[in-house]
Amino acid sequence: MSTNVHPLVEVQDLAKSFDVSAPWLNRVVERKPRQFVHAVDGVSFTIERGKTLALVGESGCGKSTVARLLVGLYEPTAGHVRFDGIDIARGFKGANGAALRRRMQMIFQDPYASLNPRWKVLDIVAEPLIEHRLIDDTAGRRARVGELLQSVGLAATDMEKLPHQFSGGQRQRISIARALATQPEFLVCDEPTSALDVSVQAQVLNIMKDLQRRQGLTYLFISHNLAVVRHVSDQVGVMYLGRLVEVADKSELFGRPSHPYTRMLLDAIPDIGMSGRARTPVQGEVPNPLSPPSGCSFHPRCPHANARCKAERPALLTIGGVKIACHAIEEGRLQPEPRSAARQEVLAAEQL
Amino acid sequence: MTQALLSVSHLRVEFPTRHGTLVALDDISFDIAPGEILGVVGESGAGKSLTGASIIGLLDPPGRIAGGEIRFEGRRIDNLPYEEMRRVRGRSIGAIFQDPLTSLNPLYTVGQQLVETIRTHLPMSEADAKQRAIRLLEETGIQAAGQRIDHYPHQFSGGMRQRVVIALALAAGPKLVVADEPTTALDVSVQAQIIALLRRMCREHGAAVMLVTHDMGVIAETCDRVAVMYAGRIAEIGPVHDVIHAPAHPYTVGLMGSIPAMDHDRERLLQIDGSMPRLNAIPPGCAFNPRCPHAFARCRVERPDLLDAGATRAACWLHDKQERAAA
Repeated sequence: MSTNVHPLVEVQDLAKSFDVSAPWLNRVVERKPRQFVHAVDGVSFTIERGKTLALVGESGCGKSTVARLLVGLYEPTAGHVRFDGIDIARGFKGANGAALRRRMQMIFQDPYASLNPRWKVLDIVAEPLIEHRLIDDTAGRRARVGELLQSVGLAATDMEKLPHQFSGGQRQRISIARALATQPEFLVCDEPTSALDVSVQAQVLNIMKDLQRRQGLTYLFISHNLAVVRHVSDQVGVMYLGRLVEVADKSELFGRPSHPYTRMLLDAIPDIGMSGRARTPVQGEVPNPLSPPSGCSFHPRCPHANARCKAERPALLTIGGVKIACHAIEEGRLQPEPRSAARQEVLAAEQL
Repeated sequence: MTQALLSVSHLRVEFPTRHGTLVALDDISFDIAPGEILGVVGESGAGKSLTGASIIGLLDPPGRIAGGEIRFEGRRIDNLPYEEMRRVRGRSIGAIFQDPLTSLNPLYTVGQQLVETIRTHLPMSEADAKQRAIRLLEETGIQAAGQRIDHYPHQFSGGMRQRVVIALALAAGPKLVVADEPTTALDVSVQAQIIALLRRMCREHGAAVMLVTHDMGVIAETCDRVAVMYAGRIAEIGPVHDVIHAPAHPYTVGLMGSIPAMDHDRERLLQIDGSMPRLNAIPPGCAFNPRCPHAFARCRVERPDLLDAGATRAACWLHDKQERAAA
């Protein structure tokens, strides 16, 4: 068997662009060219079995598009996604397409929009069982739905209720139960807790971690909250304007961040422990994805940018065990930066 | 202690509905000193935004203030007629809302909106008001303010719009700014800029701030004191450092424990089971008692007031002198 040789998920040069051109008549009359947004632009990463890769970035950086590409909700413009060695673009269309789909599921951000308000929880959670013809008899399905609900901390009797009878956190657990119905190996979680309050977020994150330990699940976890990412992930990929700028182990990324953008993101988080510490002011905002800057797309906000950064797009290279796309790091102009209490005092001093 | 700038005492806000009256805020009391930054934190539905709306007199009907009073510089403002309150709002109390796009009028340039606000409240000529508007925009870090002042809100990015809104809130020189989730709609990198700006601008203009947010991190970095709200009541209030590092109320303890930390690893987050009660099902006694790991008989029948608990004040019977003596 080849299953243990390669990582569960391999993504290679994945790209997706969306046509956002004006209607044909407007283009002709106003002499405007077609316009494309390169939402995801040459992204490569792998996820090992039983591990969690988190993708972080600000809004519009393409992290949700990657999630949708991975489960086949979008077709890539270029590049490949291999799941357990099978190219999913071909795999989904082939004879075993349904079997392949069964092995990966998705959890969406908004638990209010992702559950049908007119369906009972039983119908919602049993839908994948019916769709994939996993359990044919009604009694068997009820028993399985009961088990699934219990595995996410709800009562089996909750299956007779409708979604509006649950709070946001409970609804998100129903989404998780539905995703687990087909016994998937891989879960794509697109901001699963960002619509929830912190105390409820803690409940959902704990459940997700427990499930991973018990069932050996592999997660792609998308979030903009670095503290949450630090809590759940093994590896972290930082995205900026459709590209991965740094991929590293969690301890490496949070302990010795390399890419200037990663450092900026880390500096921007309000730190609860350091009451009174001032933050480094961060300059600028994310540019318009319709007209991304030339070269390295971060260069207008980067304190270390030079002429090469403006002209040449950096490739994602492995430097010191970390994958990073930055000329300054590659040339040795910039060193990874250890994060310690000493540095934070320096930051505080700069503020005054 | 010097006289409080804003003093809220026993504030009660009700929403009459067909199925009975819902009490959204119940016996809220706190003060804000001149120049102080008070954070108000809590989960959705805790009543933090309503508290802010009551103070600036923008409570949406059918919500109404059913008891207590709000005093600003010693003068009662919760029962002012509409026109008089309109003069207080903007002149004495500025407001910043969550979504910068909806708090600016898309049909007017930002300059027109700033000048209008300034001239409504201050006796100034058009030209002077415009000069003041440009100066305000420059202070908020908007480049080429002289040209940008003639731009419309849609020509600004989200972070820039929030800068304009801050300039607008401070335009008439208010002594208090009520900021309701000013950074929630923004990206993290921009959020840091806006929080720093808000703090700097209010310090320079001598304005106190009531900062409503659900983000404990923002509170930790910005505020002097913090009030933690739960189910329409204040659970704990005190200096930020003490509330964060030595919380006295079990809800605050749970809230702090459920936030993933950046400086150390934990396998599991502390979790408070259950969720906040709905307004029509607030339990008797302490509203937190069904979720509280320390609840005892008294918590289920008698509602605690804010009691001294070390450096902070917490609404929890654990800090009652008699209970402590008995324990």
